[in-house]
Amino acid sequence: MEFLSEFPALGRKDLASLKQGIDESFRSFSRAYGPEIEAFFNPLLKFLIWFEKLLLGTPWPIVIIVIAALTWLGARSVKVTIGSVIAFLIIGFLGMWEDTMATLAIVSVCTVLCIAIGIPIGILMARSDRTQAIITPILDVMQTIPVFVYLLPVVMLLGIGKVPGLLAVCIYAAPPIVRLTNLGIRLVDRDVMEAAESFGASSREKLFGVQIPLALPNIFAGVNQTIMMALSMVVIASMIGVKGLGGPVLRSISNQYLALGLMNGLAIVALAIIFDRVSQSYGKRLQAYRETGHG
Amino acid sequence: MVKHEIQPLDDSIDEPKVSIQKLYKIFGDTPEAMLDRVRGGMGKPELMDQTGHALGLNNINLDIPARKIQVIMGLSGSGKSTLIRHLNRLIEPTDGEIWVDGEDVMKMDAKELRDLRRFKMSMVFQKFGLLPHRTVLENAMYGLEIQGVSTKEAQQRAVKWLDRVGLAGFEEQYPSQLSGGQQQRVGLARALATDAEILLMDEAFSALDPLIRTDMQSILLELQEELHKTIIFITHDLDEALNIGDNIAILRDGEIIQSGDPQDIIMNPADDYITDFIRDINRAKVVRLRSIVKKGATGAGETLRGGMSLEEALPKLHKSVDGSCPVVDKKGNPLGAVTLDGLIDALKAPETEADDEVRYS
Ligand SMILES: Nc1ncnc2c1ncn2[C@@H]1O[C@H](COP(=O)(O)OP(=O)(O)O)[C@@H](O)[C@H]1O
Ligand SMILES: [Mg+2]
Repeated sequence: MEFLSEFPALGRKDLASLKQGIDESFRSFSRAYGPEIEAFFNPLLKFLIWFEKLLLGTPWPIVIIVIAALTWLGARSVKVTIGSVIAFLIIGFLGMWEDTMATLAIVSVCTVLCIAIGIPIGILMARSDRTQAIITPILDVMQTIPVFVYLLPVVMLLGIGKVPGLLAVCIYAAPPIVRLTNLGIRLVDRDVMEAAESFGASSREKLFGVQIPLALPNIFAGVNQTIMMALSMVVIASMIGVKGLGGPVLRSISNQYLALGLMNGLAIVALAIIFDRVSQSYGKRLQAYRETGHG
Repeated sequence: MVKHEIQPLDDSIDEPKVSIQKLYKIFGDTPEAMLDRVRGGMGKPELMDQTGHALGLNNINLDIPARKIQVIMGLSGSGKSTLIRHLNRLIEPTDGEIWVDGEDVMKMDAKELRDLRRFKMSMVFQKFGLLPHRTVLENAMYGLEIQGVSTKEAQQRAVKWLDRVGLAGFEEQYPSQLSGGQQQRVGLARALATDAEILLMDEAFSALDPLIRTDMQSILLELQEELHKTIIFITHDLDEALNIGDNIAILRDGEIIQSGDPQDIIMNPADDYITDFIRDINRAKVVRLRSIVKKGATGAGETLRGGMSLEEALPKLHKSVDGSCPVVDKKGNPLGAVTLDGLIDALKAPETEADDEVRYS
């Protein structure tokens, strides 16, 4: 009876030593390989710092002009362009310029990183059901595991700082782009692929000439989601030493600074809206050819 | 049933461009293991019932002559798409041989196969298979691009072919902006632009409205007058087959049940299945004098050509004092003569055994 009412758990001592063993081996692993791992991520850190300095070192009117130009190129909408210029002016006026640039830097670098890693993985997934079966559960874990659980080993390995923050953001933000690249390629019309094949296209020519161009709208939806998720991580990332708009939000929570929290929170929202509008209308333009007209 | 003797219009011998020999295709988990049963005579329904394997093609033997239009006809599911996709190995056979210009397609490695598809065969699809993100011009250029032709030359050649199929001025449009007929013209231009000698057309016109379909058939025949490609044309439509086919092979359950001269199929259907198939055609339009000519006979009327339809011949026979006209082949050599009675006889559709049973029971 006792067996049923009491779960046959490991004894307290065994359990403690098990956990201790895991902790101990991870610690010795990070002690042994910590420097190598840090060196591995060093170029990334350098790039992030360089980009942040670039944004902060450039006179603010030029930054705003560049932002306006990029917004225009992406969205082709006067409304969105003027809206984002006004948003940045208000952000600067309210003293959040530097934090905003820092956040912009980490979100941009993270997005580039996610694209650079995520799209090739998505392509591999689309090419083999086996790879898909292996990677899908990993993506599920990446998206559902509580952030703090993987923040811990990252911090143990790399300490507090920009790189662990960047990695944490990327782990959280990368899955959509992988998933949507995979999906986009798998959704490419079989008849079109067959036609390409019948003309003797090699698999390279099929990938770059047919599959990726036709998957682009989906891939772009993935980029959009990745950016949004990266932005939503900035507050948590600030807990492990990432500078930016997240820092003041965190401080305002512990000190009950309502206005500070609100202002910085709204600045994050403003960034999110701008990114979203721009990338969405760009994505829509990518599939302009789908519109039917008259012959 | 009387066997009609069909006189050839010219005596040139057709050299085979493509030769299919003992070709089998079985779909399922262990197709090779099923080969013996199929060779032993097991049919498509039994194979499906007993083993869950689909019999796609069953011992196909077909020589396809160069510079002619070979039609392959059959109802939906008879294996037409499967067969045509074997010619460029979009589908791998379970067993058998495919020869193109004396080369064994089955022995080709990946590169040779790509070259075959790039330079020797091009394909037109029922659902067009156009690249939706490319303009009409870029679509027509696709095969040339894959061949490695320079952009400039590819553009020129693609523009020329778009013009030939009547799409001049549409170069910068996207496929989604065109009607079905126009889209298939793009498909045709894309296939012709590569200068491949062999054109594979899988129900290329089946998705189009009837009027547009006959339009496209005329375009194809016009082009063929000049290009003399080897065309393998799939259709489920007998009228289309008779309109464009130099030769017709009829497929049922993955087997060729009759193959040859269209006139032979109309006049001497091999079995009841085909008899049913040809029952509703307008015989006055499709039966030619060469199919009903009496060898050695002669007539008092105007001299007629063997390729003339009964419909056209009727008034001439009517005018002839003895109700009979001499017939000649393409070169003017006498084939014999036709009579009014013979013509009227040929207008009757052949009967199946089932018909006989109804009549005599
Ligand atoms: N990939 C496949 N897997 C299983 N069965 C198939 C496959 N492709 C075709 N078949 C079967 O082969 C037969 C012939 O198909 P198909 O060549 O498409 O016919 P058609 O083009 O004449 O309509 C059909 O019975 C079909 O069910
Ligand atoms: Mg078909």
